[in-house]
Amino acid sequence: MTKVTMVVNGKSVSAETEGRTLLSGYLREGLGLTGTHVGCDTSQCGACVVHVNGKAVKSCTIFAQDVAGAEVRTIEGMANADGSLGVVQQAFQDHHGLQCGFCTPGMVMSSAALLAENPKPTEAEVRHYLEGNICRCTGYHNIVKAVLAASGQDIAAIPAE
Amino acid sequence: MYDFEFVKPSTIAEATKALAGDGAQALSGGQTLLPTMKQRLAAPGTLVSLNGIAEMKGVCKGDGGLHIGAATPHAVVAKEAAAHYPALAALANGIGDPAVRNRGTLGGSVANNDPAACYPSAVLASGATVVTNKRKIAADDYFQGMFTTALEEGEFITEIAFPIPQKAAYVKFNQPASRFALTGVFVAKYADGVRVAVTGASNDGVFRWKEAEAALSKDFSAAALSGLTVDSSDFIHDLHGTPAYRGNLVKVLTARAVAAA
Repeated sequence: MTKVTMVVNGKSVSAETEGRTLLSGYLREGLGLTGTHVGCDTSQCGACVVHVNGKAVKSCTIFAQDVAGAEVRTIEGMANADGSLGVVQQAFQDHHGLQCGFCTPGMVMSSAALLAENPKPTEAEVRHYLEGNICRCTGYHNIVKAVLAASGQDIAAIPAE
Repeated sequence: MYDFEFVKPSTIAEATKALAGDGAQALSGGQTLLPTMKQRLAAPGTLVSLNGIAEMKGVCKGDGGLHIGAATPHAVVAKEAAAHYPALAALANGIGDPAVRNRGTLGGSVANNDPAACYPSAVLASGATVVTNKRKIAADDYFQGMFTTALEEGEFITEIAFPIPQKAAYVKFNQPASRFALTGVFVAKYADGVRVAVTGASNDGVFRWKEAEAALSKDFSAAALSGLTVDSSDFIHDLHGTPAYRGNLVKVLTARAVAAA
């Protein structure tokens, strides 16, 4: 076992790992941060997306030891300092951007990464960027609306279908 | 997956030493290798991460054209190659999805040589030079069939140098579930002729469509392709497409790439 230290959501943390320990397992089992979900475990679904050094990545397809020392942000780090929901999270709640909620952590992390790169995306850009995040409730329309609303754009013109 | 020893060298020399051991396997972005290991189709004793080697990262112009470090993620190539080789940057920007592009690397893709991967077509169509920890390999000698390359035991790609074409484009027909190319064509026009590389079609992996190269070298227009036929007898047959379907795609996509270049 090898002790791996990272900065997760602004705090220096460490946990024991094997070579094969995935970043998703390190977060969930090593640190108890179970907000990061593992849907498919094959890097298709995007439920496990977290930010590593500011970039969205699929934590089920990275070894924990390969990102030792990195700055990691998970869904647990998306709320405001006072515990209220962050902008993207609040938009998902306001616009019903979740149904069962399983994909939501990955959707929020990918959406936040998109808005960091592209603060005012078009609807097409949002859909394209979320290509690697699958919602099996098929609630994509409201997810896209939520992301556009989180970017401060008027979503009244977008049809509800 | 089976457990292994993980090592992360910080120089090419250290990585060469680590990979000389029995059962050692290089790890780059891991976007293919990790799923393969989860399925127990690969079970290395030691995994040598190439992600901590600064000299293997980055995009810069040099004598060989555009030099890209093998450990450079697709997202970085998409951004930094855009001003120098737009077709290559666009290809990088179409691989997988944004999270995969932040992790997967040029060297990893080219070392794996998946028959439906995008990058091998750019390397072959550009007549690029694959630089390893041991030697330089011309693209025409590098690709040797599905998942097969000229790389020897303990050898890994450190950089790829892409001569910059006058015009180029890559057009792929997406396989929407895997986001690999169902078939993809990279066309590159250089002063001494046109090169056309096809991925996702042949059971032998990426290949050059030489008849199209000859026709396009004389007349760089989609019309120049009209009389050509594609021999699809050894093409991939799966539930997404028959060999004849892929053969037709090769022609259609080549014409689209010429028009887009």
